[in-house]
Amino acid sequence: MARTFFEKVWSDHVIADLGDGTSLLQIDRLFLHDLSGSHALRDLEESGRKPPSPEQVFVVIDHTIDTAPGRGPSQSHMKAGAEMITSVRRRAPQFGFTFFDVTDPRQGIVHVVSPEQGIALPGTTLVCGDSHTCTVGGVGAVAWGIGSSEGEHVLATQTLSQAKPKTMRVNFEGELQPGVYAKDMVLHLIGTIGANGGNGHAVEFAGSTIRSLPVEGRLTICNMAIEFSAKYGFVPADGITFEYLRGRPYAPQGEDWDRAVAYWRSLATDAGATFDREETIDCAAIRPQVTWGASPQQVVAIDGAVPSPAAVADGAARSPVERALEYMQLTPGAPIEGLPIQAAYIGSCTNARLSDLRAAAAILKGRVIAPGVQAICVPGSTQVKAAAEAEGLDRIFKAAGFEWHESGCALCANMGNERLADIRVISTTNRNFEGRQGPRTRTHLASPATVAASAIAGRIADARKLV
Amino acid sequence: MEAFVRLEGIAAPLLRSNIDTDQIIPAKFLVRVSYAGIGEGLFAGWRLRADGSPDPDFILNRTPWNKSVILLADNNFGCGSSREGAPKALRDWGIRSVIAPSFGNIFFSNCFRNGLLPVELPIEQIRAIAQQVESSAGAGNVCVDLKAQTVTSPQGEAFTFHAPERLRRMLLEGLDEIDLTLTLSAEIERFRGADRIKRPWAYGHGQRAR
Repeated sequence: MARTFFEKVWSDHVIADLGDGTSLLQIDRLFLHDLSGSHALRDLEESGRKPPSPEQVFVVIDHTIDTAPGRGPSQSHMKAGAEMITSVRRRAPQFGFTFFDVTDPRQGIVHVVSPEQGIALPGTTLVCGDSHTCTVGGVGAVAWGIGSSEGEHVLATQTLSQAKPKTMRVNFEGELQPGVYAKDMVLHLIGTIGANGGNGHAVEFAGSTIRSLPVEGRLTICNMAIEFSAKYGFVPADGITFEYLRGRPYAPQGEDWDRAVAYWRSLATDAGATFDREETIDCAAIRPQVTWGASPQQVVAIDGAVPSPAAVADGAARSPVERALEYMQLTPGAPIEGLPIQAAYIGSCTNARLSDLRAAAAILKGRVIAPGVQAICVPGSTQVKAAAEAEGLDRIFKAAGFEWHESGCALCANMGNERLADIRVISTTNRNFEGRQGPRTRTHLASPATVAASAIAGRIADARKLV
Repeated sequence: MEAFVRLEGIAAPLLRSNIDTDQIIPAKFLVRVSYAGIGEGLFAGWRLRADGSPDPDFILNRTPWNKSVILLADNNFGCGSSREGAPKALRDWGIRSVIAPSFGNIFFSNCFRNGLLPVELPIEQIRAIAQQVESSAGAGNVCVDLKAQTVTSPQGEAFTFHAPERLRRMLLEGLDEIDLTLTLSAEIERFRGADRIKRPWAYGHGQRAR
């Protein structure tokens, strides 16, 4: 019988059927970070249990560590942050886990590090106490976010019980217009199917646009699967994936590599396999996207306008629109382009890989940001930062007026630094929730090119007009 | 683990859709060495004003809703971040059950491990419960029974729900999930022995690093 990629990977990981649609699954990779991982590590130590498979556990510090240039190894904006970092630093090596400390050249945002190091591999199950773990579906892993209790369960058993989700395929078809990126594709998708549109589904991204999209773009799209409430999003591995992973430190080498590739190829969705749901998106029609509201589904094209509650016919939908307009301090019906911003942020597990920094630098080169705008670039990993510096991107960012930071999550998720409080920010991140980037911060999500162009204009701007 | 069998008490209607876990507990309250007392940050952006004082307009700050043990919400409650601080903050503040038409998947699963019961009911039924609660000014209790898998409204209407069987049993009996799984140690060992031969790279074999 024809099977989907997800069904193949799932069945290859079922240890036991637990009834009512739930299975006990083998977990190939567990990633811990300082925020959720410190609790799981402490609980593990207190329980006295011994992790059965420490070679499958990886630990990185990314969440509470400050990203300020020249930071110290435990520098955090919160007192407990330093304590969490030092407790992880103490416990991770004790258990024999692979640990990327703050000063390690492999340090970075967990979901940027895991494919970069070849830790996330096709057809593996990978979990982490972080909802954006779905990012690494971009290399064909089945990866999802878990809570810290589930993390402790994996630490103690290297397994997890999971209810099998439904399957969904999103077909992105056609050629992207110049100046339109993976971020615009996924924001447009969320605007189309809604922030709840993938709830209960494992989502395969497919179609001609995906087939020709580099791995870094696939990671961006998979990153935001959780933003339409799909816990899992992935692009089954193909030739582009294999080229990306070949030779990476934790990827198999030599004969192991050849065997692995043969197995990975066998996981592709069979012709004729059916999904519980399918959606098709015409990529040629997508324009650069910018969110206006406090949910990623509240998004418009750059030449679009903020909605008017009166124009929303469905009475039940009206109140979230009104709430979002009030929070975002927007005038109904106003064009999104030209809206003044006070900060521009390029960073996060969504859009801070090398191709993202290149796209932004192409806009910034020879230009300077508008007066009064705080512009910050936080490379996705220390390795991305080094690679960007090797090709001179840091000089372009700095010459334009951007701050050039160390890698981490803190400014995307409001880890104590409240410099973005009360202002309007255009951001390459994935969440525009109320307060996400700081108290009363008004976040607009967009691609790195749009953020760079907006930093220069001091207003939300169309990057296509600058190239 | 804390058991949950039956709960009766005040239910607060917060009928918004897509209430994300950043609203339930802002990240800065997660940066703590222990989860004890995390309820201080519950709905901080809505419950507290900029100066830290309670916002009297927010339902959980008003009598009798400040004694709520149940929350009534709309679609996709607990979407977004996987932070387990979200169910912990609700539980620490005093909420033991959330009733919504759908939940963020990770939040849903986290609830069971923290003595908090997420109940899925159609929005029409939730609106009916909310209306009865409001018309009694909060005096009418709502009852959630995990054994019978029913929710009973203040006026005695019973609505049935389905909780995933394994999680339901864990919650009813207060079982430790790790202990449950370890009873399957033989199966786990057998699986891993065969899998290690089939997919050696998944176990770190052949990698350059280390």
